[in-house]
Amino acid sequence: MQKGLLAAGLALAAGPLAAQDKPELVVYTYESFVAEWGPGPAIAANFEAICDCTLRFVGAGDGAALLSRLRLEGEHTEADIVLGLDTNLTAEAAATGLFAPHGRELPELDLPVAWDDPYFLPYDWSYFAFVYDRERMPEPPSSFEALIASDADIVILDPRSSTPGLGLVMWVEAAYGERAPAIWAGLADHIVTVAPGWSEGYGLFLNGEVDMALAYTTSPAYHAVADGDPAKAAAIFSEGHYMQVEVAGVTASSDQPELARAFLDFMLTDGFQGVIPTTNWMYPARLPEAGLPEGFADLPRPEKALLFSPEEAQALRDPAVGAWLEALSR
Amino acid sequence: MARSAQPLGLLRLAGGGLALALVAALTLGSVAVLLARAEPGRALGPAEWAALRFTLTQAFLSAVLSTALAVPAARALARRRFPGRTALIALTGAPFLLPAIVAVFGLLAIWGRAGLASRALESLGAPGLDIYGLTGVVLAHVFFNLPLCTRLVLQGWLAIPPEHFRLAAQLGLAPGDVARRIEAPMLRGVLPGAFVLVFLLCMTSFAVALTLGGGPRATTVELAIYQALRFDFDLGRAAWLALIQFGLCAAVAALALRFAAEADFGASLGGAVRRWDAESPGLRALDALVLGALALFVGLPLAAVAARGLLALAAGLPAAVWPAAARSLGVALVSAALALALGAALAALIDARRARGGGRAIEGFALLALAASPFVIGTGLFIAIRPLADPFALALPVTATVNAAMALPFVLRALLPALAAARMRDGRLAESLGITGAARLRLVTWPHLRRPAGFAAGIAAALSMGDLGVIALFAPPEVATLPLLMQRLMAGYRMEAASGVALVLVALTYALFWIFDRGGRPNAPA
Repeated sequence: MQKGLLAAGLALAAGPLAAQDKPELVVYTYESFVAEWGPGPAIAANFEAICDCTLRFVGAGDGAALLSRLRLEGEHTEADIVLGLDTNLTAEAAATGLFAPHGRELPELDLPVAWDDPYFLPYDWSYFAFVYDRERMPEPPSSFEALIASDADIVILDPRSSTPGLGLVMWVEAAYGERAPAIWAGLADHIVTVAPGWSEGYGLFLNGEVDMALAYTTSPAYHAVADGDPAKAAAIFSEGHYMQVEVAGVTASSDQPELARAFLDFMLTDGFQGVIPTTNWMYPARLPEAGLPEGFADLPRPEKALLFSPEEAQALRDPAVGAWLEALSR
Repeated sequence: MARSAQPLGLLRLAGGGLALALVAALTLGSVAVLLARAEPGRALGPAEWAALRFTLTQAFLSAVLSTALAVPAARALARRRFPGRTALIALTGAPFLLPAIVAVFGLLAIWGRAGLASRALESLGAPGLDIYGLTGVVLAHVFFNLPLCTRLVLQGWLAIPPEHFRLAAQLGLAPGDVARRIEAPMLRGVLPGAFVLVFLLCMTSFAVALTLGGGPRATTVELAIYQALRFDFDLGRAAWLALIQFGLCAAVAALALRFAAEADFGASLGGAVRRWDAESPGLRALDALVLGALALFVGLPLAAVAARGLLALAAGLPAAVWPAAARSLGVALVSAALALALGAALAALIDARRARGGGRAIEGFALLALAASPFVIGTGLFIAIRPLADPFALALPVTATVNAAMALPFVLRALLPALAAARMRDGRLAESLGITGAARLRLVTWPHLRRPAGFAAGIAAALSMGDLGVIALFAPPEVATLPLLMQRLMAGYRMEAASGVALVLVALTYALFWIFDRGGRPNAPA
């Protein structure tokens, strides 16, 4: 039995090591990016059509898992590109010394904020938001304070295990600063539960256990386009919405630095950006020529975009999560 | 005699040693690997201690309730014959096979704020239920583990020789006397082991405890470990948490197993059990009530899972489901075979050591596999394997091996009492007839082992089918097992397709369990 297993393992291990005549670009990213319904397959096909190379995606959990994976592997990593960190993680990522400056001239971006990060380039973004069902909740709250005054029940995600969960903590921090603990104390009565990850939390919402779930302003586009369900909508809050900007960077140890930078250039062209909206359900970082697809163009947008710089986010993370923990543990 | 017993003895030692080495490598080995790679990190803070307290509380409550409620349920199953009994026993195998998140959504369909029970209460004008918090966590853990405990306790009841009940009837013993003189000693042998299994399973709860926990007060150690590994990259803190978790589990297991005393019922001719002591209408009504409640408690959430899944099946499944199913089945079969082979050798080793002491310590050590955090094992394996081979390429064999180690405690729990029974009932006869070696295994031991071995293999295969621990860290994108595919679908908004995949997973797992467990059905020819 053991021997059989070992033999099977060795046979499998020999596969990817087989000689290849084309250079291979290895991109570490999160799981849902590489799924057959995610952006990965189409993007790989589009890039391989122009690069004379092989693009191999490696999926590893979510954004935070990606970074710890890279730190585990250190300089011996196979990764040429890491794609899927967000701005709450990039300061920490840059500080590991495992990333090289992207060295690209900054192209025109369609982001609500200015971009000047020397290591990472954005590929998509959206606003965190609470998603609700118009049929179950005709009049959604229009701010955190209105939510506290309402009788709505919500599910949020644990900032210690979930990247969007951390995003919500940053959102309250960016909107309220010193008043954040009071806001959390007010929200506590409305929080039915704190799910460990996005899937569990959103699943509770879709099952009717809660009125609203933490997701993105672009989430309703999935339901409208793929599900034919126009009733899901994101509540727009007057305090403004915290953004998630997803980025990619080149590893310092990449053995294909030229190819990796060619991929970063490709990332901001239509071959990549055009795929993003209806597979990753986020806004493209640079609008494709055809503009936004149906279901996206008429999504409501917040009046104010909130985002900490990577350094601010890194410094605020522990105290903000601590305040969250204290307010909700009472 | 000694000569012909030797090859078996050697096999026992080698196989048992291999099993122990595997458990040691996966549990303590992975912690050691993490500690070796750790950079100075943060010490454990109040949040971690609070998580430890909550984890202990919920695991203790879950284990007490699961084992306590299993007694009347198993007693009713043991002493009644009714149409559908086999189906009900088969149903008790089901919750344990459900992936955590599927079970959570099944439970919420009944007990949730929008669930059946809440709606029924609201239609009567009463407020709906809100189970989030300790209640929900314990409810879910009892749902998972009460049926498992019922099966373990039922096996204990079925192991009582029918002659004892016949004699009790001849002596005119009242039900209370039967309970005290026959059933209590059996329970003392079975319950501590069942308690420890449930306790350990609940100690490492992650998705269930957090989703139903209601907030950070319900944080478990697993979350603290996950946070340390993923967000803080603090390998040292994760390793210390894992060690504390091991220590607590070992202490509780040692304490509980001290109370265990294997009952010696002596020899038996076997045959059908008739319970003259339990024929009063009152006891019949009680058993009917208990079994009805068990069927509803287990059956309704399962029906909800099936109903959701069927809707999704009608809408069509993603193409990836069948290759994933084939992979899951392959991993499950390899894992079950490995678990059974290692478990049988280890059980034989423990049984042989029993006379000289040390058997219980070995069993307790094997239990550590259950107390191990999948995140710690996965990360430890990753660090250890990476210099030697591509961990991605080894995803499936590694998953099968880790699953086999995690199934070992169940295999032992099932096989050990049977081995003891074989030794106590037929051992002397076999020795006086000079039946040793392979012939003894085939003629004397195997008839006793058959039923529990089937159950153990079924559990091992099922555990492996539903596992999402290690595979999630290792699997390359083109390789998915069914639970992983389900998780990927959920992460991509495709909740409906995910419930279809969940149904396929549950149906296949259940079929696999049923095939293995078939020999274990009480009415099947032994």
